[in-house]
Amino acid sequence: MTIDVATFVGGYPFRHLPDPTPTGLLQQMDRTGIATAWVGHLPSAWHRDPADANAELAELLRPHEQRLRGVATIHPALPRWEDDLRMAREVGAPAVRAYPTCQGLDAAGPEMRGLIGAAAAAGLPLILTVRFEDVRQRHPLDLVPDLPAAAIRALARVDPQARLIVTHADRAVVEEVHFGLTPAEARRILWDISWIWGPPEDHLRLLLGTVGLARFTFGTGMPLRIPDGAIAKLDLLELPSDERERITSGNLQQWLLQASDERLPSGSP
Amino acid sequence: MLIDVHAHFYTERSPYANWRELNAARLEAGRRIGITAHVASMLGSWGVRSPVYFPSEDDVHQANGRMLALCHEHRGLVFGYCLVNPNYTDHALGEIETRATAGMVGIKLAASRRADDPLLDPIAALAAGRGLPILHHVWQHRRREWPGQEASDAVELAGLAGRHPRARFILAHLGGGGDWAHSLRVLRDVPNVWVDLSGSGIDTGMLEHALEAVGAGRLLWGADVTLDTGLAKLRYLESLGLSDADLARIRHGNAEALFPRGSFR
Repeated sequence: MTIDVATFVGGYPFRHLPDPTPTGLLQQMDRTGIATAWVGHLPSAWHRDPADANAELAELLRPHEQRLRGVATIHPALPRWEDDLRMAREVGAPAVRAYPTCQGLDAAGPEMRGLIGAAAAAGLPLILTVRFEDVRQRHPLDLVPDLPAAAIRALARVDPQARLIVTHADRAVVEEVHFGLTPAEARRILWDISWIWGPPEDHLRLLLGTVGLARFTFGTGMPLRIPDGAIAKLDLLELPSDERERITSGNLQQWLLQASDERLPSGSP
Repeated sequence: MLIDVHAHFYTERSPYANWRELNAARLEAGRRIGITAHVASMLGSWGVRSPVYFPSEDDVHQANGRMLALCHEHRGLVFGYCLVNPNYTDHALGEIETRATAGMVGIKLAASRRADDPLLDPIAALAAGRGLPILHHVWQHRRREWPGQEASDAVELAGLAGRHPRARFILAHLGGGGDWAHSLRVLRDVPNVWVDLSGSGIDTGMLEHALEAVGAGRLLWGADVTLDTGLAKLRYLESLGLSDADLARIRHGNAEALFPRGSFR
């Protein structure tokens, strides 16, 4: 079973996306054998207040809730952002998203630190996106910088219960963060494979050996990017089936389970 | 058949201590993908002795020699572009004559001089005369200068192509960064420029736009430095409902027609 943690519905401000709807997403998932997806609301990354977009996302995904799980956007500088987080937890969201670089926030500032702590307390991983597009192709008005590795390191250190899924990171970001954290801190992060190069340089194979296979999970970046990229990387690795399964879903499930166990107070059943 | 029109290899003069492993990894991944021809260049010393995109005469000469040696080592699988730096006109023309006679099948222009500069005219004229396509490094919609290269975009390449209607050009790596939609707008009515689909970019909509703008008859499959994204684009193309004939054109037919007759036999 393949779980895609890096998908969206909704339009993108800087170029047209073909069919960024739940139906379009499901068609691509069916074509490529992806069972379920965690789905963000793409335009809400730039919304002043994402609450309405979160409601819209829930409505859009309701007919497909067996396969598409909504991931709400939280803007931690808004008044009562904690209400949005609480609502995400109440509707059974698998995680929440924040886009500090798009939201105009210090990516490691007090608002983001507050969010990572609150998300940890709520038992929800926070999904961060390093970039939506290659820096070379961005619209002249798209001046949003990539999410800095330093910010990811800082957020991973905020709370021992924190859990981060970092999507669209390349080798340099993964290495700078991973080897800049203690082993315990590094275990709080899962990386999706969508932006990591395959052969001949094969950064993915290298990272599976140096950072460790347990730190990676499956993501595609749909509908910004075709899903075939992430699958082709895995196919070219020719991993044993059990190792491939860990990347496509096992690591994620195990990591969530561990997080849940660690949150139980001592003496709990 | 599957022809990768945009490949690179390395040598002991490149900055990679693991250059042998990188070359072997390209061939091995190519075997898994089903690549039957790697059409490749070496960009000088890859920055060790002169800049990647501004290679010295000596680096050009050494790189072409090693590229030819690799072609001979993998005869029938690896094919060579002759790299030139147009700032050294006589040297560039001499390299092309010598290397084409020795079996190289195309010319590689990187980013040493803007594509529409008159210094490229004698190279384009020679390419047309010898029936060699020119693979031109392109920054899709370059809005400013980028360090380390004098990059060109599709407008500038189209200018050169317009001056040399008998020459055939390949716009490099549509997925290699920059605004691919801009390049496709430019190339609609430029019949002697083909589009290589290589590059790490796998944006949704890019392949559909490319098919709509220039048609299956002017698209060439390639990978550049990421074979995984090449494979991804190949699979996605196969999902678009193209005819077998159009798929075959993109996979190999267009390249067979573009490069000198019999290059890939």
